Amino acid sequence: MINLIMAAPDPIVLETDDRTPESALDSDEVRLTFEVHNLSIWYGDKRAIDSVTLNVPSNAVTSIIGPSGCGKSTFLRSLNRMHELVPGTRVDGSVLLLGENLYAPDVDPAIVRRRVGMVFQKSNPFPTMTIGENVTIGLKLNGVRDRKFLNERLEKSLRMAALWDEVKDDLHKAGTSLSGGQQQRLCIARALAVEPEVILMDEPCSALDPIATAKIEELIHELKKNYTIVIVTHNMQQAGRVSDYTAFFYLGRLIEFGPTSKIFSNPSDKQTEDYITGRFG
Amino acid sequence: MPVATAMLEDQDSAASRMAAPSRFGDKAFEWLTLGMALAVILLVFLIGWQLARGSTLAIQKFGFHFLTTSTWDPVAEQFGALPFIYGTVVSSLIALLIAVPLSIGTAVYLTELAPLWIRQPIVSLVEMLAAIPSVILGLWGIFVMIPWLRDYLFPLLKKLFGWTPFFTGPIYGTSMLAGGMIIAVMILPIITSVSREILRSVPKLQREAAYALGATRWEVTRIAVLSYARKGLFGAGILGLGRALGETMAVTMVIGNTPQIAVSLFKPGYTLASVIANEFTEATSDIYLQALFEIGLVLFGVTIVVNLLAQLLLKTMTTKTATRAVQ
Repeated sequence: MINLIMAAPDPIVLETDDRTPESALDSDEVRLTFEVHNLSIWYGDKRAIDSVTLNVPSNAVTSIIGPSGCGKSTFLRSLNRMHELVPGTRVDGSVLLLGENLYAPDVDPAIVRRRVGMVFQKSNPFPTMTIGENVTIGLKLNGVRDRKFLNERLEKSLRMAALWDEVKDDLHKAGTSLSGGQQQRLCIARALAVEPEVILMDEPCSALDPIATAKIEELIHELKKNYTIVIVTHNMQQAGRVSDYTAFFYLGRLIEFGPTSKIFSNPSDKQTEDYITGRFG
Repeated sequence: MPVATAMLEDQDSAASRMAAPSRFGDKAFEWLTLGMALAVILLVFLIGWQLARGSTLAIQKFGFHFLTTSTWDPVAEQFGALPFIYGTVVSSLIALLIAVPLSIGTAVYLTELAPLWIRQPIVSLVEMLAAIPSVILGLWGIFVMIPWLRDYLFPLLKKLFGWTPFFTGPIYGTSMLAGGMIIAVMILPIITSVSREILRSVPKLQREAAYALGATRWEVTRIAVLSYARKGLFGAGILGLGRALGETMAVTMVIGNTPQIAVSLFKPGYTLASVIANEFTEATSDIYLQALFEIGLVLFGVTIVVNLLAQLLLKTMTTKTATRAVQ
């Protein structure tokens, strides 16, 4: 597979909807954000991820599905090294982000996480900060002091998260004063503000009602124009609705990966079929 | 036939064999716990009332002057509590100033940074500090801490900060500063363990939110942990202050027991609790004994006032942040 990523990244070059999904993964045209090669992860003696090799295409939504405990969350977190927060983890194999190995010895995990943002199961705005402060905190941590720039990014991020119109007059209020769905979009805005290249979402709608969920899904659809998105979900319908590619994990192994339409209509593996049709999991 | 009736008529169903739920247990439980809660409040009032009753004569004789005058002369039967109030408040503040940063620092290390294997040993050691009897700590204060302060720390402080009024005058060793330092040692364990519990209760998701933005460990601690927990940490400090105000034995042994109000922390002082402990057995006249009772009442009052002030401060602190403007 030819590595086009080494060229200067320009995320909007590719029109994701114009290509045929079936050929996408083999095509030389597809730009890859992550190239995961033979990745294994241990928590102490327990192997959570077992020799996974997977390429995540740029400007597309890749969903990761599988029953509880299959390692999908661990895999997602290995993409920005968040799993290392658990003491006693060990990693074997490599994860390339736009061609650079995230696990090279000289790579600072803090820098990785600035490039690969993350949204969690439950919204987690900082309760002592206002809505505005919640969005700009990432930039401030990185030493940005220019108020004009901060305000511009604040508005831009909230607009991208489809939250600006709802909160523009309340920027000084506490972030926790918003509704659950708004808080989750605030967290997305917070992740967007530092201009990451990828956004990881770990079951972002599991605590939301159907209307708030629909809004987030719509937002995901908008965001993939500019970002690569990897989403873990327990909801099969959601994976079908939002993602272009789907990876099915079982017992720490990648069982099947391909365009979502193929995985859901014509899976090649028996286990994938059983899981999708609800026979286990 | 409705389901419920069908079940009741069925002799073998569990529902037909169950007794009607009794509300007696609920009521009894409610009254019992209410009684316990009231007993605590009653106890506080009883103590206050007894102290007031025991000092009626003194209150009548000295009135408000008791709080504002500095003479403590049992022979002439002149009693003023001001130096003791001053000594209690100042020594407690010194203790807080030393103990709070140390305790919170220890708690942050234990919850955020320390390798797992080292955490429990440190926790146990800190808790052991709380188990040392006050009088032993006082002895250590007299024979180890005071000489060290007199020969090393105080001369150094005098050299560095001698230009401020707080570190001037002759160095005896026994002093207000020594009193504050020994109290600091005594309140360290409680503030540390309460702070540790509070930091441990900060949700993992808060830390992850900060890590996911590319924050370093210090930044995570600052924006996600300490700011989330600051109310609780303030409470931990207040708990320590409550202890500090009433601390008696060890302070008495190192503070110098001289009823005076001196700006320099090198000068000896006296606390409310210390004077009661020192002079209770010598109080032969009624008015002397009553004056000591009133000292107890004042200590009681100071503790309550300081706690109320702290809660007020906490309230204004939390409302201010909610209305703070963007950036």
